[in-house]
Amino acid sequence: MDAFSDPALIARAQMALSLSFHIVFASVGIAMPVLMVIAEARWLRTGDKTDLDLAHRWAKGTAVLFAIGAVSGTVLSFELGLLFPGFMRLAGPIIGFPFSLEGFAFFIEAIFLGIYLYGWNRITPKQHLFSGIMVALSGLASAVFVTFVNAWMNAPRGFTFADGKLLNIDPLGAFQTPFAFHEIVHGSLAAYAATGLAVAGIHAWALLLGRAPHFHQRALSIALWVALPACLLQPLVGHLAGQRIAEHQPAKLAALEQLQHTQTRAPLTVGPFEIPGALSVMAFNDPDARVQGLDAFAPADRPPSLVRPAFLIMVSIGTLLALFAAGMAWRHFRRRPPWGDRRILWATVLMSPLGFVALQTGWIVTEVGRQPWVVYGVLRTADMATPSPGLGIRLGIFALIYLVLAATVVAVLRRHIRATFTPNLPEGRA
Amino acid sequence: MNLGWAELVAGIALLALAIYAVTGGADFGAGIWDRLAAGPRKQDQRDVIEKAIAPIWETNHVWLIFVVVLLFSAFPNAFATIGIALYAPLSLVLLGIVLRGAGFVFRQYGHGSVADRQRWGRTFGGASVLTPFFLGTALAAISSGSIRVDAADRVRTSVSAWLGWFPVTVGVFVMTAFGFVAAVYLCIEANDKPELQDDFRRRALVSGLVLGALSFAVRFTAEFANPVFARRLFGWQGTALMLQTGVAAVALATLFAVFRRRYRIARGLAVLQVVTIVAGWGYAQYPYVIAPDLLLATTAAPVATLRLIALGVGVGAILLIPSLIWMFRVFKTP
Repeated sequence: MDAFSDPALIARAQMALSLSFHIVFASVGIAMPVLMVIAEARWLRTGDKTDLDLAHRWAKGTAVLFAIGAVSGTVLSFELGLLFPGFMRLAGPIIGFPFSLEGFAFFIEAIFLGIYLYGWNRITPKQHLFSGIMVALSGLASAVFVTFVNAWMNAPRGFTFADGKLLNIDPLGAFQTPFAFHEIVHGSLAAYAATGLAVAGIHAWALLLGRAPHFHQRALSIALWVALPACLLQPLVGHLAGQRIAEHQPAKLAALEQLQHTQTRAPLTVGPFEIPGALSVMAFNDPDARVQGLDAFAPADRPPSLVRPAFLIMVSIGTLLALFAAGMAWRHFRRRPPWGDRRILWATVLMSPLGFVALQTGWIVTEVGRQPWVVYGVLRTADMATPSPGLGIRLGIFALIYLVLAATVVAVLRRHIRATFTPNLPEGRA
Repeated sequence: MNLGWAELVAGIALLALAIYAVTGGADFGAGIWDRLAAGPRKQDQRDVIEKAIAPIWETNHVWLIFVVVLLFSAFPNAFATIGIALYAPLSLVLLGIVLRGAGFVFRQYGHGSVADRQRWGRTFGGASVLTPFFLGTALAAISSGSIRVDAADRVRTSVSAWLGWFPVTVGVFVMTAFGFVAAVYLCIEANDKPELQDDFRRRALVSGLVLGALSFAVRFTAEFANPVFARRLFGWQGTALMLQTGVAAVALATLFAVFRRRYRIARGLAVLQVVTIVAGWGYAQYPYVIAPDLLLATTAAPVATLRLIALGVGVGAILLIPSLIWMFRVFKTP
């Protein structure tokens, strides 16, 4: 069967397309409010107009990105049923509760973002700052709830499985999935790191061009303060994630490392080198621990080998960004600002897209690495896909639309950013 | 009616759908008037529409997501069935939702050329027309009795389930209803410009009358599609009769209030009118989620889930309601 006649594969492709599109906007929706709130709080404390300008500018960019995130998120909520009705029929009663909570968080986020964006002249500055804080908190809360669902799919709890059905459903027990903590922390930090770096890159570029230095220095500083601590913490959480995967999803670990044979003292392959026993230590804190290889799983139960390059890209970027963050911390303690050295500004520009690359490859690791299961060890993705026809056409249409939207967002943001490259920034409503 | 947890959660979902119709639905309605903007005050009409919905449309839109989430949490089999049977109209709804939102925000923030803005404006307006239509056809298909589910959860249906006379009539009805509510709201939004206000008053009166005519068309086509449903909704006795008289009376009162330029009263009545219509639909659906194979009681999720969802909604409402009130007070008080 070729790829275009396998409905499960097309359904997966459309879900992957929708998710990878949405996750960018969702991450921006989590992190941008933090940047705006920091700028606005500085303005309230110091009265420096630069900070207010910054909050205005960032808010305007966020408005566009949030709207696209809201509609692409709606697409996902429908697509659960349009693409994987079998999965929803069985799992709906378990994952429905965290999704309902996510719905409320999204409500609060949308309400206060509306107030934040359009209420500048209608409420007091303190109320306005409060709205921004609510947006930041509820954005994080929706991420927490929705990641709970994903954690449950990777390490399901709270039911018994018999006759192809999920029985004795305990929706609160589902919250006790051992993947929740690391997925939530890893995913949220990724949102702050990726968004913060992308923003930092834009302002570093403006500084390299010598435009409105005061404004862009302030912006760069706030963006880096959001991004770099997350970059520093991320490898630690990633390591924790690896150990959880080793414990609960041995097939994913074997695929990530492309470890062919089950062995003790399993080596870690780093480029051309093999470090004996290192994988056993990384996974189980014990050089003599037994690590299952791909040969321990039937071919039908092995994740696609695509996860290996995705994993390598994510880990390399994570390492690079952590080193960058460490270097910047060292500079900070020696009281050297990032704009003091053009090489630092160049490095920031070059690294600015890497956060989102790591975020996307990280999702490939999590999601493709879970295959062939939709609920790990319980339900197979292929069995859950929709029987309805015309999947290929739908995929084509949505791919086209997302392409147009992405291009338009880039064009709109480019014009918006260009406008900040002039030193005289207009005041007033966002 | 045997009221249990399933009925409670279904009632919450129905209420959310009604709120969506008078908030998010009205935003789509405003988009329809944007598309149909005409006359010497064309640009003014578009400006007031943009100003009215910009701060609130994303919030209003969440009600629809909320309905979807409640449906798949509490009635997973119904959700799966709808996903399979109505993939075509719902994909079109999604397309419309994406293009409406994108068109609106790109027009608003685009900083682009005039031609650019006009293109996105047309996208916004066009998608606002089509989305409610397909949403209406999908809702009608659920009531049409032509989505069948066997004991092994296999779904059988045909295109005519959502593309027959009844669903198409309902599609036009929903579209008109959204437009009508929006026109009534816009009369208030255009408060400081009497001529502009009259533009929307005319639109409200015309769409209100069309809506009345369409309700007879819906009634007529429903008889052929699903007589059981039609009798529950349009029967001449008991609750059905009460609901019909109620809707008719409120509809006439709304039109009268618009006619007499009592726009704040008209707004309240229009809301009541739409809520009553949605309630009537919910009543006529009962005891089915999808007639005639999926009963509310038998397709509901386990009680543990239903209880938790009801509890979650209760707790969430404590946070949500004051926030919503604040939002509407900030933007919708003169």
